[in-house]
Amino acid sequence: MLNLRFLTANPKDMGKSGGIFSTIIGTIALTVMAILIATPLGVGTAIYLTEYTRENKVTRIIRFGSECLAGIPSIIFGLFGFILFVTKLKFGWSILSGSLTLAFMILPTIIRTSEEAIKSVPRSYREVSYSLGSTKWQMVTRVVLPSAIPGIVTGIILSVGRSIGETAAVIFTAGSALRIPTSLFSSSRTMAVHFYILAREGISMANAFGTAAVLVIAILIINLVTYQMMHKFIKRYS
Amino acid sequence: MDNIAISVKKFSHYFGETQTLKNINIEVYKNEILSIIGPAGSGKSTFLRALNRLNDLVPDSRVEGSIEIDGEDIYKPETSVVELRRKLGMVFATPVPLPRSTLENVAFGARMAGVRNKEKLNEIVVSSLKQVSLWEEVKDRLDSSALKLSGGQQQRLCIARILALKPDFILLDEPCSGLDPISTMKIEDSLRQLKKKYTIILVTNNTKQAARIAERTAFFLSGEMIELRPTEKLFTTPADQRTNDYISGRFG
Repeated sequence: MLNLRFLTANPKDMGKSGGIFSTIIGTIALTVMAILIATPLGVGTAIYLTEYTRENKVTRIIRFGSECLAGIPSIIFGLFGFILFVTKLKFGWSILSGSLTLAFMILPTIIRTSEEAIKSVPRSYREVSYSLGSTKWQMVTRVVLPSAIPGIVTGIILSVGRSIGETAAVIFTAGSALRIPTSLFSSSRTMAVHFYILAREGISMANAFGTAAVLVIAILIINLVTYQMMHKFIKRYS
Repeated sequence: MDNIAISVKKFSHYFGETQTLKNINIEVYKNEILSIIGPAGSGKSTFLRALNRLNDLVPDSRVEGSIEIDGEDIYKPETSVVELRRKLGMVFATPVPLPRSTLENVAFGARMAGVRNKEKLNEIVVSSLKQVSLWEEVKDRLDSSALKLSGGQQQRLCIARILALKPDFILLDEPCSGLDPISTMKIEDSLRQLKKKYTIILVTNNTKQAARIAERTAFFLSGEMIELRPTEKLFTTPADQRTNDYISGRFG
């Protein structure tokens, strides 16, 4: 089942035959976009919460809100994304709508893990940085963030895993078109959605499980590669 | 007087409601080693941190009175705290090398100040390490992590890191409290050398250390400065009974 053709050919007859190439591209596009949107927002929020403000009403509201977001089932995100991005903002079923929805879904994880990672950087590093004449921004970007990177990356990897495997939030927002997406506004089907449709509608069980296998192996590879990269980074900074 | 470098007048400091420094008056002369002794919680470290405004990092920190460095009140609103901290390098009780190479640790301050030129950075690093006699020990492993150095080496690295800022003052907060006698001796030797170029304020728990290297010594107790005299006089004929009690080991 799993051969090069399966990976590089596009699905034919609604996925009954052919490969899964377009769904691989769709998955990558959605996940990368979602991470690109959520990471700056999430890490930025974490920096704001830990370095730029004291514990007060606003921070409590942000934290509470983000914790609530974390507990919401993904299908609700899907419906929310459908109403807001697909219909209200008229992005249609598209990579853009899908990735924005996914970004909201993974934001709490990224905020939480980044916050913990930043908090665990010793206070003495901050004092040393200040005492050596760095500005607050330099202290955050040159000392705190490099030390917090392993924790932040862990959060991002978790989020990548969730995004790749997500169906409910994506099916309503990115749609299920089988073509290779050409722009942010193309509709696209991810591997997880492809698997769901193939299995649910009994189109081809063999192709469904082939897709599932690719999905699992992809997540495994991503984890291994990022941890490798992280180790190199940690070595450089310690 | 021309050789007054720091002039502290009626200076008080509060953390919230707690008064940590009470009406301190001190003049620090250029190129001297002034040591500050006193029991734990007497305000020595707070005083040191008031000089480079590191206390500002603690919420609810508040000051009264004035500290003038080279004639400028450092608590004026228009003071650049970043510039101030470059001028008063600080060494902490436990050596805190940043998690990066020895070279990058020493170059850190210069990098923050915007020095990009590789040769210039190298020059600064080499001369700073030489001033604390660490160069010979680390020259072959400048690129390996500073965390791998021994405790004594790390503390000298921290001093070198400050020298790289080209400061006027060196503030040391119990720099030898976690070190063995030989490392301590090496640091004291360095300080004697450095005195020629810098003004040094040394907070120490170790009264013998104060006696060994400081010209003048101040005794702090519960946020007050009890007395400040030439070191020898303070140790032989203290003016205040409390000083006498402390140096003769009756408390603290």
